[in-house]
Order: sequence, then structure tokens, then C-alpha cells
Amino acid sequence: MTFRRYLVLAFVSVSAPLGDTFLDVGMKNIGPVSLAHVTTLFHAVSTPWVASGIVLLIGFFASYLTALSWADLTFVLPATSFGNVIVALLARFWRHEDISLSRWVGIFLITAAVGFVTRGPSYTEHEKGAPAPGAAEVCR
Amino acid sequence: MMPALHHSGLANAAMIASIVVAATVGDVLIASAMRQIGDLDDIKAKSGLPGAIKAVITNTRFFCGVAAMAVSFFSLLFALSHADLSLVAPASASLTVVTNTVAGKVFLKENVDRRRWLAALCVCIGVALLAR
Repeated sequence: MTFRRYLVLAFVSVSAPLGDTFLDVGMKNIGPVSLAHVTTLFHAVSTPWVASGIVLLIGFFASYLTALSWADLTFVLPATSFGNVIVALLARFWRHEDISLSRWVGIFLITAAVGFVTRGPSYTEHEKGAPAPGAAEVCR
Repeated sequence: MMPALHHSGLANAAMIASIVVAATVGDVLIASAMRQIGDLDDIKAKSGLPGAIKAVITNTRFFCGVAAMAVSFFSLLFALSHADLSLVAPASASLTVVTNTVAGKVFLKENVDRRRWLAALCVCIGVALLAR
């Protein structure tokens, strides 16, 4: 793992929670969408908050794909979850919100999980020439 | 009909389940596609950024994964319009960590050792605690 690769994982961590928060603001502005008017979801995509959220999530997706090209899915997962910790820390130190003891324990557990995983190997080597596993049967 | 849907725990569970299932299918297909394509840094060094983009967008498995992620995304939008972010985001995120870890082991044949199982468990509990 190089420094540049850790930077990619850091961007994976930051961009996803910010994008999700923008989507939440946008969808709360639109209000409940009924099953009879599901096409409203397509209109939602053109609103500024939802569009900004999508841009951030596209950045997340690009960095996520890059990470998955040199690391296992189960190695990258804790990095994506670390975004929850970033949101909680921003709430505490930027928005000056109170964080309960259970939330501090949650932050500790997720941070510990990232620590566990990054100390191990990032990639499982498979035999050269063997088909990439997964739902290959579905998409061949 | 909609107020009933809004207050029903079963409806919330169904919305969260659809996000989790679609996200897991998408993650597994995309991870499998990226493994098939190879290290994007190497491809970029050889063929430049256009070569790397071409390698990704011409992969069928990748498109199946993106389609599943799109289903997950619109399920998320639908769920957010009915339920609180504080319920939907952590519940779907923590369940997806568990299902992805199992799927990584079963379908991607990843070396999910004790360290990674423990990490998945810690993330799952941690996300649940953050949502309280």
C-alpha cells in the first residue's frame, strides 16, 4: 500500500457521507414520493442538492472502483464505513453537537475495524488464468 | 395508503432490505469486474486515462453491477422520502457490511480471515451505535 492508495481510500471515506447528506437535504425538500408518482424521483435528480450529492457520489464511485482494482472488497468496506466516523466528528467539532457515550464507542469500534483490516493484506491472489469469481455465471 | 406505509415497521424493513440486497449484488459484481480488469493504475500507466475508462466501460459484468447499484440508489431515494436518514442510512450501511463480507467470502473467494470478520462485526455494531 502506497501513500497515494491511502489517499484514494480517504477520498472514498469522505465523499460518500457528504453525498448522502446532500441527497437527504434534497429529498426532504421534495417531500414524500408516492408509489403512484415514482417518476418524481427522476425530477429529483435535477434539483441542486440532489445533483450536488450525485456529483460527490460519482467522485466516490470513481475512487471506489480504483480501490477495488487493487484491493479486496472486504478490505475496502471498512474505509467506506469510516465515513460515518467523519460525519460524527464533524458534528462534534464543527457543529458543536453533543456526542453520547454510545456514539463514542461506535466511533472507536469503526476506527478499530479500519485499524484491524489495514494491518492485514489488501488483496487475495487467485490463480492466473482462473476466471474472476463472483456472479460470473449471471453476466457471461 | 401512504400514511400507513410511512408508519409501518414492515415497510421500513422492506425498503431497507431492497437497498441492502441491490447494493450487495452491485458491490459483488463490480468488485468481480475490477478483479477481472486488473489494476487501474497499471492500465493507466500503459494506455492512459482513456484506456482505463475503456477497460471499465466495456466490461459486461461492470454494467450488471452498475444496474444493481442504480436499483439500490433509487431504493435509497424512495426510502429517504418516507423514513428518516438516521434510520435508513445506518441500518442499510451496517447490514450491507455484513452481507458484503459473506458475499466476498462465498462469491469472490476472498481471504476473509478472523481479522476481517472481526472488522465487519465492529463496523456493524459501530454504525448501529452511531445511529442511536
